[in-house]
Amino acid sequence: MIKPLLLALAGVTFALATAGASAQTKVTLTVASFPDLDRGVKAAIPLYQKLHPEVEIKLASLAYPDHHTAMTTALATGSNLPDVMAVDNDFIGKFAESGGLEDLSKAPYNAMQYRSKVAKFSYPQAMSGTGALNAMPVDIGPGAMFYRKDLTDKAGVTEADLTKSWESYIEAGKKVKAATGAYMLGNAVDIKDIYIRSGLKDGEGIYFDKKGQPLVTSARFAKAFELAKAARTAGIDGKIGAWSNEWTEGFKRDRIASQMMGAWLNGHLTNWLAKESAGKWRSAQLPNNSFGYWGGSFYAIPKKAQNKAAAWEFIKFLTLNKEMQLEAFRKLDAFPSLIEAQNDDFLNQPIEYLGGQKARQQWKLAADKIQAIAVDKYDPVAREVVNAELEKVLEQNKDIKTALADAQATLKKRVRR
Amino acid sequence: MSEPLTPEARTAAPTELRHKRTNLRARLRGWVPYLFISPFFVIFLVFGLFPLLFSAYLSFHRWEPAAGLAAMEWVGFENYVYIVLNDDWFHKSLYNTGWMAIVSGVPQHLVALPLAFFMHMAFKRWRNAVVGAYFLPFITSSVAISLVFSTLFSRDYGVINASIAALHELPVFSWFLPAQNIDWGQPQYTKWMISFVVFWRYVGWNTVLYLSAMQTIPKDLFEAATMDGATRWQQFRHVVLPLLRPMIFFAVTLTIIGNLQLFEEPFILTGGTGGIDQAGKTAAMHMYATAFVDGDFGTASAVAWLLFMLIAAVTWLNNKLLGQKEDKA
Repeated sequence: MIKPLLLALAGVTFALATAGASAQTKVTLTVASFPDLDRGVKAAIPLYQKLHPEVEIKLASLAYPDHHTAMTTALATGSNLPDVMAVDNDFIGKFAESGGLEDLSKAPYNAMQYRSKVAKFSYPQAMSGTGALNAMPVDIGPGAMFYRKDLTDKAGVTEADLTKSWESYIEAGKKVKAATGAYMLGNAVDIKDIYIRSGLKDGEGIYFDKKGQPLVTSARFAKAFELAKAARTAGIDGKIGAWSNEWTEGFKRDRIASQMMGAWLNGHLTNWLAKESAGKWRSAQLPNNSFGYWGGSFYAIPKKAQNKAAAWEFIKFLTLNKEMQLEAFRKLDAFPSLIEAQNDDFLNQPIEYLGGQKARQQWKLAADKIQAIAVDKYDPVAREVVNAELEKVLEQNKDIKTALADAQATLKKRVRR
Repeated sequence: MSEPLTPEARTAAPTELRHKRTNLRARLRGWVPYLFISPFFVIFLVFGLFPLLFSAYLSFHRWEPAAGLAAMEWVGFENYVYIVLNDDWFHKSLYNTGWMAIVSGVPQHLVALPLAFFMHMAFKRWRNAVVGAYFLPFITSSVAISLVFSTLFSRDYGVINASIAALHELPVFSWFLPAQNIDWGQPQYTKWMISFVVFWRYVGWNTVLYLSAMQTIPKDLFEAATMDGATRWQQFRHVVLPLLRPMIFFAVTLTIIGNLQLFEEPFILTGGTGGIDQAGKTAAMHMYATAFVDGDFGTASAVAWLLFMLIAAVTWLNNKLLGQKEDKA
């Protein structure tokens, strides 16, 4: 008896809350997020409160890994859950499969109607195997290659040399290394990361097929490993892990000539990684007509959240409101998931840091071409296994075929269950 | 007519009340000690015993925590069987843990013992300052230490490689020092690097332990030994070492437990991954990754309990080797 009663009550509460300002009941909405994504929420609070004075928003922000651990614990125990939960791309597969989040495709949310309004690859990322939509995309990370024009010029390398094919990229890298001493890329692993993401068809997974079988012995992985190995053999990668000391120093000391990552890297380069080299960087598409995404953020509503109706209104404001999306784009270089925002004139403005390039248009072009890749909750495990084997190939000359077969075997053992 | 109440009569009623109060107080007083010590037990139950029992319970389940408590599924010993028979990374991390426990642990004691003896004999006035200097790494945050060392060991910009490069310029050193910067992230160096940091961190702690134990040795013994013409080495060998045996047992036990649980230093020095070919991944790191990267809390709990059993076994062995001879002596 209790359940129907609760449901009815929830329905009434929802109806009341959607009546919005007329009800004038004060709602305190808790939002859990992490830096820098939380800057978007901070920017949204005053704007949102103008529209909804009855809603008070409390933002709880933890460091990136702590936030996701805290959310895992909260979902596990069903306590201390926020009304609005930020989820990063790396965790969306796991959280989406957990069953602890509201299915936004169902009533009262009916979020499938907005699907055509956002980047087409973003919805499938947040969908579980059963077709439930567990979160709304708030920003996307179209892949781009940032490169140092001054260094490539010095080596007599053109942008076309960089982007034509992977082979030409590696050749160009050799010239840059010879002429300037700079590494073409931080780590050969980057090439593998892009290659395994490109050329996928809509709905195909990176590491697993639809039945959950690992795909790591496929030709796609073999080629990705070969290219990474070629770059290592050519000596054009710095063997530097992203976000390490070596990496940040590498940017500051002109030792890294290009870096492939999400378009949001522009913000990091501008603000702290390579402030001094303003005007020397450019953005280009990834080599070999590859289009892939790095990251992307989502907002979800836990099933046991207290103020679901208000949470949904706020999420819609963050994700479907053009002004809000542009504000986040301007403030934290978060590329909007909303197509309407992607069509704004802001994208035509030149970026001074990139030598006046209108790079945002280029990123939009990439965003349009990115395929929807299915995520699997074991993707993080697979990434760990594949990277471990790639390191053996790069460092210990392990045979690629054997490495991939070993990766497949390890993966099967690890996801046994 | 009313007789004035005697003082006894006047106080009769309040006395009754007072009696009651005293009774209550007496009864409360019986409970007060328990009340005062209760915070420990409450905290222990909540943060000590409960997680302990829950992780034991969890180790027999398959559980993806984001799906809630209802998603726990009983699997019996499956997690344990998987770890023991199939989990290659656990085997590797266990090997790494053992390797680093020995390479970082044994020298700690081999250096700390003579160092403590030297400090005991040589320093009179400045002893505390010297002890403080050696103790400092122990009380410094391991995160800070690991970050500093990862900067020092940085391949392109680290002080260590810069020093090696500078030494290489000199005629004699150029024979055996490499001309190229050493990539400390390579698997053949990772375990050495971590072991060095762990050694550096805990050698002072052990020195302090041994020094404090030495200070309890009666001076007469040293004087008698000197009178008998014993050299410093003989004094160390025949006076200090036997009397220090209980402390050696204690210190070695702490090292064993600490080294088998090693986590922060390798975690930060290898960026949380264990490094290339997982050369620096410890069992504790594997447990963490199984829980928080793979989201498999059941297996992680089983790893924790296996690790616990291993530590218990090694400590027992240590007790057999070092601890009990004392009683027989």
